[in-house]
Amino acid sequence: MNSQGRPSAPVLAVSNAEKTTTTGNRGLAIEEALLFEVGRLDATGVDVEDAGDFVPRLGSHVRKAPIGLPGLTEPEAMRHYVRLSRQNYAIDLGLYPLGSCTMKHNPRLNEKMVRLPGFADIHPLQPLSTVPGAVALIAELGRWLLELTGMATVAMSPKAGAHGEMCGMAAIKAAIAARGETRDVVLVPESAHGTNPATAALLGFKVVPVPARADGTVDPEEVRKRLGPEVAAIMLTNPNTCGLFERDVVAIADAVHAAGAYFYADGANFNAIVGKVRPGDLGVDAMHINLHKTFSTPHGGGGPGAGPVVLSERLAAFAPVPFVRFGEDGAAEFVETRRQAAGTATPFGRVTAFHGQMGMFVRALAYMLSHGADGMRRASEDAVLAANYVKARLGDVMSVAFPDRPAMHEALFDDRFLEGTGVTTLDFAKAMIDEGYHPMTMYFPLVVHGALLIEPTESESKASLDQFVDAMRALAERARAGDAAFFKAAPVFAPRKRVDETRAARQPRLTWTPPKEERAAAE
Amino acid sequence: MRYLPLADHDRQAMLRTIGVSHVDALFADVPADKLLDRLVALPTAKSEIAVERHLAAMAAKNVAAGAVPFFVGAGAYRHHVPATVDHLIQRSEFLTSYTPYQAEIAQGTLQYLFEFQTQVARLTGMDVANASMYDGSTATAEAVLMAHRITRRSKAVVSGGLHPHYRGVTRTTTELAGFAVDTLDPDPTGTEDILARIDGETSCVVVQSPSFYGHLIDLKPIAEKAHAVGALLVAVFTEVVSLGLIEPPGAQGADIVVGEGQSLGNPLTFGGPYVGLFATRDKYVRQMPGRLCGETVDADGKRAFVLTLSTREQHIRRDKATSNICTNAGLCSLAFSIHLSLLGQTGLTRLARVNHANAVKLADRLAAVPGVAVLNDTFFNEFTLRLPKNAADVVEALAAKGVLAGVPARRLEPKHPHLDDLLVVASTEVNTDEDREAFAVALAEVLG
Repeated sequence: MNSQGRPSAPVLAVSNAEKTTTTGNRGLAIEEALLFEVGRLDATGVDVEDAGDFVPRLGSHVRKAPIGLPGLTEPEAMRHYVRLSRQNYAIDLGLYPLGSCTMKHNPRLNEKMVRLPGFADIHPLQPLSTVPGAVALIAELGRWLLELTGMATVAMSPKAGAHGEMCGMAAIKAAIAARGETRDVVLVPESAHGTNPATAALLGFKVVPVPARADGTVDPEEVRKRLGPEVAAIMLTNPNTCGLFERDVVAIADAVHAAGAYFYADGANFNAIVGKVRPGDLGVDAMHINLHKTFSTPHGGGGPGAGPVVLSERLAAFAPVPFVRFGEDGAAEFVETRRQAAGTATPFGRVTAFHGQMGMFVRALAYMLSHGADGMRRASEDAVLAANYVKARLGDVMSVAFPDRPAMHEALFDDRFLEGTGVTTLDFAKAMIDEGYHPMTMYFPLVVHGALLIEPTESESKASLDQFVDAMRALAERARAGDAAFFKAAPVFAPRKRVDETRAARQPRLTWTPPKEERAAAE
Repeated sequence: MRYLPLADHDRQAMLRTIGVSHVDALFADVPADKLLDRLVALPTAKSEIAVERHLAAMAAKNVAAGAVPFFVGAGAYRHHVPATVDHLIQRSEFLTSYTPYQAEIAQGTLQYLFEFQTQVARLTGMDVANASMYDGSTATAEAVLMAHRITRRSKAVVSGGLHPHYRGVTRTTTELAGFAVDTLDPDPTGTEDILARIDGETSCVVVQSPSFYGHLIDLKPIAEKAHAVGALLVAVFTEVVSLGLIEPPGAQGADIVVGEGQSLGNPLTFGGPYVGLFATRDKYVRQMPGRLCGETVDADGKRAFVLTLSTREQHIRRDKATSNICTNAGLCSLAFSIHLSLLGQTGLTRLARVNHANAVKLADRLAAVPGVAVLNDTFFNEFTLRLPKNAADVVEALAAKGVLAGVPARRLEPKHPHLDDLLVVASTEVNTDEDREAFAVALAEVLG
C-alpha cells in the first residue's frame, strides 16, 4: 500500500538470488571498481598553482619515467570513497563485540578538538617556546594516566600497543643490565596476545609459556616453578584474555619480584578496571595503555593506535626520551634528548621520531575530561555489567568457557555447544554477519577450543544487548537443530560472500596489475 | 553521562538477570584491599562545553603554523590538504571500523589498502608495499631488521644524512634486538664516503634522499657496492612529495624503500599520528613486517580483498613472527591514499614542481642576506643554511618576530657542537612571496 492508501502495482515475484542487474549494483548496494580502473592518468582533482620560471636544482636526479598513478576529479573521488566506505561495518552502525579490542563509542567531540589549529597545525620541531599548550597537554594526559594506574612515570611516545610493549620490555632489559645481570627468559601465559611473545623475542628474550589452570587463570605455583636467576620478567594481561581477573596477581607479582624479575602488564584490557583498581597497587612495573581501546580514540580500520607506557618507581629511571619533566617550580620541561636527560639512566634512546601520537593524546584527554573520575569508573562497571549480562543470557544455549568465575569486560565461550553440528566457530561468526553484527573475536585466546570472545563494551543500551542476545540464541539453536548448510553458506547479505583466504595466500596478488600485463604474463 | 546508554533501572534489571545484587560482586576476583572504594584524585565529569573551553584554552597557547610565515620541515611538512580528504576519513565506516579481519564486511578498508599498496609501490618504483607502518622512523628500523633476516648478517651501515631521529630509532631497535649499527657522522654537506664503510659484514646500507640536510643523493653507486658484497640498500625519504619529481629509489637499485607519508593527507599534529611507507621487491615479500592486503575471490567468484600472508605476523606466529607489529597507520594511510588519488600523477608532479620552485626562490633570497650561505648544490624543497650566529638563537629571535624559520641542526644532534650554526629550512606550496620576504627581512634584522 502506498501513502494514499491505494494498492500499489503488483510486483513480479523474483527472488533476490535470481535477480541480476546490468550494473551489478543492487539498489543502495553499489559496486565500486578499483581506483586504477576508474581513474585516469591525465585526471586530477587538485588545482595546483603554476610554479612559474625558475632554474631547478635537482642535478641529475630528475624522474625519467611516468609514475603510473591515476587521478580522480573531486566529484569522482568523493563517490569512489563514499562507495567504498559503505562496504564496511562500523561501531556507528552496530554492536562490534570484538573481545580484547574494546570497540566502544568514539565521541565526535574528540575529533573536533584534535582539529583545532593549535593542535592540528603545530609542528613537532617548531621552537618549544611557541607550543607551551602542547607540552601542557602531554603533561596533563600523563598525569591522568599515572593517577589512573598508580604508577610513577610515563613514556608517552610509543605509537601503538605493541610498540609500547617493546618500550616497556626494553626498560626492563635496561634495568637488569644496570644491575650488572643477564637474564634472558620471559614468562608468558598461554592466554597472552601474540604480541607478548613476539615482543619478547624481538628483544632477544627466550619465551617460556605458563599454562592456565582449569579456571582460566594463572596459578602462582606454576609461575614460581619457572622463576630463577635467568628470568627477566613475566608478561601478564589482567584482566586476562579469557575475560577473567587474575585473582592471584598480587602473589604472582610478589614471587616475580622476590626472584629479582619484573612484572610487565599488557594493558589491552584496562577498560574493565579503570577507576576500580590501579595496576600500580597490584605490583605492576610496566604497562602499556592502548588509547584506542580504553580511551576511545578511533580504531580507524586498523590504526593509528597509541601506546603510552607507565612505569613503576623501580623502572622510572629507564624511560626513553622524549618525556616531560617537572622542575622545582612545577613548570613542565620537555626533555627531547638523552643529553638533556643526563642524571637519569635513560639507557636507550628514541623509539620513534618526534613526540608520539599527539592526535591521539588530544582525543584521549577529551574523553577523560568528559567522563571524569566518576564517569570512567561508571564506564568500567557498565562494561563489566554488559559482559556478564551477555554471559548470563547465553549460558544455557552456548558453552561458557569458565563458568565458575565472574567475567570482567568480556565473556569467553568455547565451541562445545557446536559439537556434532558440523558448524564451526567461523561458520557461526559468518552467520552473525547476516544478522547485522560484526562477529566477536574468534579462535582467540588459544587456551580454549574454537574460542568466541565477546566484548560488548559500555556503549550499548540494554535494548541493543537484548537484540544481540536474541540473535545469538536463535543462531545457537539453529546450529544445534542441525542446519549446518545455512551456516556454511553465510554470509549471504554482506557485500561479499565467503572470501577465499587460501587462494589469496597461495597466489599472492598484492598490487593491481593492468589486464594487458596479466595477459602478457600468462603467455 | 552522555556516552553511557544504560539507565539505573537497566543496571538493576541486568544485575537481577545475572543473579547478583551489586556490580562489585562482579569484581569479586579483585583482591578486596586493592579495589578502590573511592574515586581517583581527578576531576569529575565535564559537559561538552566545559571540555571545549578547557582544550581550546590549551590550543590557543600554541602558535599555529598557518598563522605565520612557516618554514619548518625536517621530517614533517606543512602541505595543503584538500577539504575532501578530511571529510572522507571522518565517515563512520572508515573512522569507527576495526582491522579488516572479517573480510566480507570490511571490503571498503581492504580495497583502499590494496589501492594504497599499489600507489606506494608505483611511487617508490618497487614491486610490493605493505599496508603502512607507524611512521617513517619505525619503518626504517623495521627495514634494518628485515635486512638482517634476509642476509643473516648483523651490521647495518647508516648514513650521516639520515634524519637524526630515524638514526636514533634505528639504533635503539637494532641494538635491543642484538645487532650492530655503524653510524656515520652527520653529513651536512652531502659529501660523506659511505662506500668505504661497506664490507662483507654489512647487512644493509641505509641512505636518505633527499637527505636530512636536503641533498639529493645518487643511490646507484651505493646500491652497486652493497650488492657486490651481498648487502641490501635501504632507501629512506621523509618528504614523499619529492617522488613526484625525482628518480624513485626503485629505479636506482634499492632493495627496501621506507619513508614518511605524512605530507600527503595528514596534518602536522605535533609529530603524530603519521604514516610509514614500506616497499620492497617481490622476492622479499615473506620477510616483510606489517599487514598485507591481497586480491582473491568470494564464493560467487566476485573479486574480493583480504588480509593475507599473515603467517608472518604475531597473532599467528607469536615468538617466531617477523615483527611484533599488530597495527598499521589505518586512517592516516587512507588520508594519504585519498590525497594521492585526488592528485594523480599529473597533480603530484605539479605539486612537486611548485614545492621545488618555492624552495629555490627562498634559497636564492636567503643567500642574498649578508653572512648567510646555502650549503646545497641540489635539493628538493629543503636545504641547509650556514649562519654567522648560533642557529637556535636565531630561530628564537625570528619566532619572537613572528617567523617560524626552520630547525637548528643541533637540536637533533646535541652531541655535535660544530653544527651550531646550521639551520635546516623547508618550503612547500603553502608559502607565498610575502612569506619569503618576511623571512629574509627578519633574518637580516636578526643577523644585522
